[in-house]
Amino acid sequence: MTGKLQFSLVSPEKELFSGEVDGVDVPGEEGDFGVLPNHAPVMTTIRPGTITIRNGNETQRMFLRGGFADVTPDGLIILAEEAVDLAELDAGKIAQDLRNAEENARDADTDEKRETANARLEYVRGLNDALGG
Amino acid sequence: MASLKEFRDRIDSVKSIQKITKAMQMVAAAKLRRAQEAVEAARPYAARMSAVVGNLSSAMDGRPGAPELLVGTGKADTHLLVVASADRGLCGGFNSQIARHARAEASGLIKDGKTVKILCVGVKAADQIKRVYPDQIIDIISLREHKNIDSTIAAKIAARILELFEAGEFDVCTLVFSRFKSVISQIPTAQTLIPAKDGLDDDIGVPDLGGAAYDYEPDEEDILKILLPRNLTTQIFQALLENVAGEMGAKMSAMDNSTRNAGEMIDKLSLQYNRKRQSMITTELIEIIAGAEAV
Repeated sequence: MTGKLQFSLVSPEKELFSGEVDGVDVPGEEGDFGVLPNHAPVMTTIRPGTITIRNGNETQRMFLRGGFADVTPDGLIILAEEAVDLAELDAGKIAQDLRNAEENARDADTDEKRETANARLEYVRGLNDALGG
Repeated sequence: MASLKEFRDRIDSVKSIQKITKAMQMVAAAKLRRAQEAVEAARPYAARMSAVVGNLSSAMDGRPGAPELLVGTGKADTHLLVVASADRGLCGGFNSQIARHARAEASGLIKDGKTVKILCVGVKAADQIKRVYPDQIIDIISLREHKNIDSTIAAKIAARILELFEAGEFDVCTLVFSRFKSVISQIPTAQTLIPAKDGLDDDIGVPDLGGAAYDYEPDEEDILKILLPRNLTTQIFQALLENVAGEMGAKMSAMDNSTRNAGEMIDKLSLQYNRKRQSMITTELIEIIAGAEAV
């Protein structure tokens, strides 16, 4: 069992990652799972969380806000609704965003606004947790 | 014959028009570059999405209980045409091309005895379609309030389409937009959105699983329930991005043409102006000389 895993991570706005890696840990809807080369074909939905891309001694962590993972013999494709590289994030800014989001959620006066504010809050909270953990 | 002053005024006004078209061309060029990057960045997602849907649809093939979004309602009586165009003019034949394509599509369907409903995204094509099919248009969604095309607009349009579909308002949904091929070439395209399996590109091969069975978590139906609306949003988003890039490309070449035309006009007017001026000087000279000789 040699070889590498062909992995691509795409979000609607852009392709975030494409290349060969040793393995990827994915937060599946029904439990986390690791994908190594020659994984059996699986398709699953993803819950908001962090994926870990392992390549040699390097690891890269990215935060996803839901999406799909598709494992085929050709490799792993993750279609993320939204994805950010954790290395590019700034803890201070996220904490500030979190406070803003909490405030917005409190101040929302219509149902529609409340819904968007809450979705945003949940997302930022997830980011904050991912960064802390 | 016009006086010299009139000539000067006309030359000035053409010059200021030329300045405006030149500025618009440069703005379009800058926007085009950004739009082009956005389209190219979004293409992998849309392509992967189609691959995943194609993959699932082949797994669901022939099985009962497949979602109607994927396999259709089993009828094809009522068609919904979603016509995506730009919200602004001054971009050459861009909007007319889309409108013409949509009209051809609609008239073909009507000839076949189908009911056609039209949902317009972007007001420019709507204006042209309204003249021919005023009763078929069910709604017009303007993009004007959105400065940048992002996926929330696409999601809104997709939600609207899903709502109509669930209410049984139509059986087949086709999206008409302009595929951005290059700056000078945009191709009006019709793409089937619902049923989703008819809209898949034929060249997306189903991956060879080598005999292994696909595992679905949760099961196929649950995944499809989430995936298909997402796919709809993605396809619409992609179409909107292609449109923006196409619009900017068309605008750029249209404004380039206008600038050149204005330049030609200025040359022509200047020539006429100079001739006129010279002939006036000549006339004056003749008068002076004739006067001097008479003395």
